[in-house]
Amino acid sequence: MKQKWSIPILSLILMVTASFSLMLGKYPLAPSDITEFFTHKIFGIGVMDLQRYSLLESLLMDIRLPRIVAAVLIGASLSVSGAAFQAMFINPLVSPGLLGVLSGASFGAALSMVFSKNWVMVQVCTFVFGFIAVLIAVGIARIYKGNTILLLVLGGVISSAFFTSLLSIVKYIADPYNQLPAIVQWLMGGLSMVDRKILLIAGIPQIVSIALVILFSGYLNVLSMGDEQAKTLGIQVQRIRMFLVFLATVMSSLTVVTAGMIGWVGLIIPHIARMLVGPDNKMLIPVSALIGAIYLVVVDDASRILFNVEIPIGITTSLIGIPFFTVMLKKAKRGWG
Amino acid sequence: MPHISIKNIYFSYENKKKTVLNGINLDIARGEIVTLLGPNGCGKSTLIKLMLGLLRPEKGDVCIDGIDISCLDSKTISRTIAYVPQIHRSYFPYSVLDIVLMGRIPYKTFFYRYTKEDMSIANDAMERLSIVHLAERPYTELSGGERQLTIVARAITQGAKTLIMDEPATGLDYGNQLRLLEEMIRLSQEGYTFIKSTHSPEHALWIADRAVMIKNGTIMADGRCDLIINSENMFELYNAKVKVMWVNDAFQICVPRVVSNFSQADEIIDRKKAFVMKGDSRDSYNNIVVSNPVVEPPYGKDKIKL
Repeated sequence: MKQKWSIPILSLILMVTASFSLMLGKYPLAPSDITEFFTHKIFGIGVMDLQRYSLLESLLMDIRLPRIVAAVLIGASLSVSGAAFQAMFINPLVSPGLLGVLSGASFGAALSMVFSKNWVMVQVCTFVFGFIAVLIAVGIARIYKGNTILLLVLGGVISSAFFTSLLSIVKYIADPYNQLPAIVQWLMGGLSMVDRKILLIAGIPQIVSIALVILFSGYLNVLSMGDEQAKTLGIQVQRIRMFLVFLATVMSSLTVVTAGMIGWVGLIIPHIARMLVGPDNKMLIPVSALIGAIYLVVVDDASRILFNVEIPIGITTSLIGIPFFTVMLKKAKRGWG
Repeated sequence: MPHISIKNIYFSYENKKKTVLNGINLDIARGEIVTLLGPNGCGKSTLIKLMLGLLRPEKGDVCIDGIDISCLDSKTISRTIAYVPQIHRSYFPYSVLDIVLMGRIPYKTFFYRYTKEDMSIANDAMERLSIVHLAERPYTELSGGERQLTIVARAITQGAKTLIMDEPATGLDYGNQLRLLEEMIRLSQEGYTFIKSTHSPEHALWIADRAVMIKNGTIMADGRCDLIINSENMFELYNAKVKVMWVNDAFQICVPRVVSNFSQADEIIDRKKAFVMKGDSRDSYNNIVVSNPVVEPPYGKDKIKL
């Protein structure tokens, strides 16, 4: 694909995929239904039966559209934070969970599901613990002087392990009839809980963070040359890296808030994007966002229509991601093109 | 006023009790090629990082053109001084042009875009090092020598007239080492200053007008290469027995006398003497006059073609 055209083409594909997804589901809709509904809703054109209108309204506006928008945002967020992490940690095997954000957020969610009945509380807790986990990782790296990148990775390993153990404790003490299944199912990831309110709360910071990472993407190239070279090119390495880690943490913990744990997207999508447009982060980050969005919309469609029961999307993304990653390892020999 | 002036610098890493640098004084003028020599762990790399502003000295100052480096922001420093690290491996296949263009970043603010002017500056730099044909090649697929030339091109694109190099030739094959040295000589004639550390005294003898020997964090010797690179200093610095010889009174070579064991060294010398005697009985090993020099200095009349 010509580099210049990749962004418009991918945007087009995303729009087509998203509109097509509006038709899919337990209650299939024809394209005419959708155009009829939207022209009526937005422009007030045409006459619609009230009952049919309210059916379409709840189907499209309350269920399908939020779900698709959430898939777009989550796919983009995970891919962008994955691509940013891969560049700034100079490691193509890094995923957004590197600094423990996903483990922390999962623990926060599980904890609040056990101790509180309030869904808002669960969401706040998820977000906050995602942040705490990253702060612990960064804190550990700060205690010691030395290779900052290596220390951050080790801090992330420690923090992830810590919160994974805490999660096990919460699972162990949870009520095995109601709470434990809820926690387990939620950790598998799924977009069925998405509503418009949470979309608004989580979506805006996600969009802002993605936009900021795209604006800073040129610096990611320099960061991926290593700290010393970046510093001698006049870059405030620490400050920029911490800012980008902050943005990535906001994005990824919000994905856990809306849809639980969705693995492998942040690891794989940047690689696909790199195959398409090369390693220059100025192209790579927006292209990753678009491909991630398309990918998650498609996978979500698959997990809700392929079988009678909806499969948690976290399982689907892993099932697709693992074989893909295995194939991709072959490319590892040739410098991760 | 010296271009770079290092005044009485002391430095130690926090996790080590031992001080790495104990009162280093060094003045470097524009256009000089200074070679830092010293054994592993003597403080060469630390000194280089201090000159780049990557580390702050415990005591003492580093000044660039009379201004203390701690008063300069990193962008200003990077427009004056560029860093060429030891041959480095990238995981991401950026094109050579991408990497050379990074040299324009000190001139950019946030959310930068490269302009036509940046492109032409980068292109000029690549032309100067004759690597234009590599522009679109991925950096990861280049040879070590080509990678170093790419980084040198980036340094030129940076607009910096001073290049600080930490063992730039380590890991390069013989031909690429020579090619890199050749480019350094050419650029120094255009007014570029080079400060480089190396492990091969030959590199100093071939190109540097000045060598600085560092041992245990202090300057052991500082001066013209041909004066200070001699058997005594090399023994003191590396505990290595070498013979530094003039070839045709034109340039010097450093010949190891195979180390540590006197009897072994003497044995080898005896063998060579015998060999020389057998071949032609002109001279003893110690006073060989190489009539047909086996190496040309890279700055000689006929540049080495590689």
